[in-house]
Amino acid sequence: MTRSGGKLLGLLAALALAIGLNGCKQQGGSAADSDEIIIGEYASLTGTTATFGVSTHNGVLLAIDEANAAGGINGKKIKLITEDDRSKADEARVVVTKLVTQNKAVAVLGEVASTRSMTAAPVCQQYKVPMVSPSSTNPEVTRKGDYIFRVCFTDDFQAAVVGKFAYDKGYRKAAIFKDMKNDYSVAFADNFAKSFIKQGGKVVGEQSYQEGDTDFKSQLNTLKATGPDAILCPGYYSEVGTIARQAREIGLNVPILGGDGWDSPKLVPGAGTALNGCFFSNHRFSRELELPEIKAFIENYKKKYNETPDALAALGYDAAGLVVDAMKRASKLDGPGIRDAIAQTKGFKGVTGVITLDENRNARKEALILRIDGEVFRVEKTYRPEELGQ
Amino acid sequence: MQQIAQQLIYGIQLGSLYALIALGYTMVYGVLRLINFAHGDVYMVGAFVGFYACTRWLPFKDLAAHPEAAGANIALAVVALLLAMAICSAMGVLIERFAYRPLRNGLQKADAHFWGLVLGFPITGLFMPVFSGWGPLVAVAVGMGVGFAMRPLVAWLARRVKLSESRLNALITAIGVSLLLENGGLLVFGANPNFIPNILPEHTYTLPGGVMVGSSQLTILGVSVFLMLALRYIVMYTRPGKAMRAISHDIEAAKLMGIDTDRVIAFTFALGGALAGAGGAMVAALTHVKITPLFGLLPGLKAFVAAVLGGAGSLPGAMVGGLLMGSAESFVAGSSLSMFRDAIAFCVLIIILLVRPAGLMGRHVPEKV
Repeated sequence: MTRSGGKLLGLLAALALAIGLNGCKQQGGSAADSDEIIIGEYASLTGTTATFGVSTHNGVLLAIDEANAAGGINGKKIKLITEDDRSKADEARVVVTKLVTQNKAVAVLGEVASTRSMTAAPVCQQYKVPMVSPSSTNPEVTRKGDYIFRVCFTDDFQAAVVGKFAYDKGYRKAAIFKDMKNDYSVAFADNFAKSFIKQGGKVVGEQSYQEGDTDFKSQLNTLKATGPDAILCPGYYSEVGTIARQAREIGLNVPILGGDGWDSPKLVPGAGTALNGCFFSNHRFSRELELPEIKAFIENYKKKYNETPDALAALGYDAAGLVVDAMKRASKLDGPGIRDAIAQTKGFKGVTGVITLDENRNARKEALILRIDGEVFRVEKTYRPEELGQ
Repeated sequence: MQQIAQQLIYGIQLGSLYALIALGYTMVYGVLRLINFAHGDVYMVGAFVGFYACTRWLPFKDLAAHPEAAGANIALAVVALLLAMAICSAMGVLIERFAYRPLRNGLQKADAHFWGLVLGFPITGLFMPVFSGWGPLVAVAVGMGVGFAMRPLVAWLARRVKLSESRLNALITAIGVSLLLENGGLLVFGANPNFIPNILPEHTYTLPGGVMVGSSQLTILGVSVFLMLALRYIVMYTRPGKAMRAISHDIEAAKLMGIDTDRVIAFTFALGGALAGAGGAMVAALTHVKITPLFGLLPGLKAFVAAVLGGAGSLPGAMVGGLLMGSAESFVAGSSLSMFRDAIAFCVLIIILLVRPAGLMGRHVPEKV
């Protein structure tokens, strides 16, 4: 028995060696290849916020394919290497380290979730590789360093918009229900409260939950007792649907408000009819806006993926487009060279608006308030940054 | 007052679920003195069976489009519940047979076959890049083939490591099985969240005093109480139940009296699995939470605390512990300290271990199982 075991071990070792060697060869090949420019992307292709990552990735891929079809960058093709962080912050740091050190990416795209962008940003900063987040809205993200950019607005603005909208809509008493472990949700709630109180409203109650909780009725019941006109629930779509259902079940029938974390094709399947007539703020992307660039993007996206894009796909498309645009202008195709070119971006015509990066590496853009009407999101109102004095 | 009553109702609903899971922990602890950490993941499998039964396997009709289908859907829901219980009790038996029994009785040929095949899956993963051109089926076949060829290795390793009946080995095995189920779940079901659509009619009743009770809460509570009563009957008045109690008193003596202990232990795991499966399927279908492969992690841990709180090995203890845990959590979640709702479970555990290490009913109850 021992003998046959020994033989087997030998066989296994040989197998492992063969597989290992195979892997090495592939990696060596891609790093040494200089006919290609490598852009890394990390996204939540699976996990709790999978639809965020998949939508964004589709948008990014569309932009890169279009850029390559148009001749690439100075004759060089762009190669996109995408890593799945499984919706986990620790995993994001690991895969970005791999993208930067092993794949030698000269620019990194990602993430949607602010918590994950914030854990991966220091890696990009350390290795001097520019990182462009398509849709992380927490203000802290771009404060991680001068190599970190974003092509969307920040929560200061988004939450202020929701606060103003709530007051304009006639709500005077708001209750807050936030995901306390989510940087995006916490910052959103704080900024909403500031804006809403400044307008003259009152925050009557505040409760929190955690991603993965299944029972929200206790907290919702406490909020119900405070008699709010509306509830702010700035979480992600994966929990919001359940929260809305349970709110309706306990007879809490006031409108629920949220942010761009709601934007997902899985929001309505999770919520059923419980979110009908509720509002959330989103990036400037909607079929209803009747803008030619949006129409063209939707058409191309449908052709490639046979489905309708959401705002996150459009932002992914814009983030990748902005990096490609910067690469064309860059003096040198390495991290610092591309960083400087990105920082100088002015008036880049994206699908989600004209992007000019400010000195804090953020984009100033319009926000929409969308109303949920069955399975469609209708544009209720548009806010420009100037309207809020920002 | 109305607030307190309302929170208590939520607490009882939550607690009845914890009790269902805790019963599985406590029964296994009773017969084997083993904390079966994989139990929470059996609950997860129950939720997934519920999900597939409600969306694919059974002809449920969408209530919004076909309001007249409510009666048919209720009948189908009962079928789905039974299905979840059957599959989860089979899983319980499988886990006991291939993970825990080899620790008690030594590794037999069938165990080596089984683990060889299971080992084939990670090997399949290794082969994936090499055989990617040939399609996944070939990779799976090759992986399982290699895994199957590794049976002697499993047997050899087992001999070298000397499986022993130490409690620590069993505990580590339990954690291993739990990880296997969670990550296997990620592989099989994917990490994307799933939701069950509205398939049952929902009503909310207002009791005098303004307290509200939903039909889903009543269903969860009613089914849980029914299952607990059924369990009590099985344990107290049937032959396998009596055998379970005998084993929990003294496994060696039970063996000498001619009780087939392996079969009774398998029966215990089947009962526990059925309860957890029913709980998982009910939560998934009635509260519309997202279903992921980590669905059972936190409820499993809290139910474990509930079992310890009530007194590990005591059936009424598990029920009382579950209800106490559920109510405590509900009150904390409803107060201004809602961020501590998960912490409360572990505070309760620490206090119980300090004040009454045997749990609330750990000593007084004679019908220990």
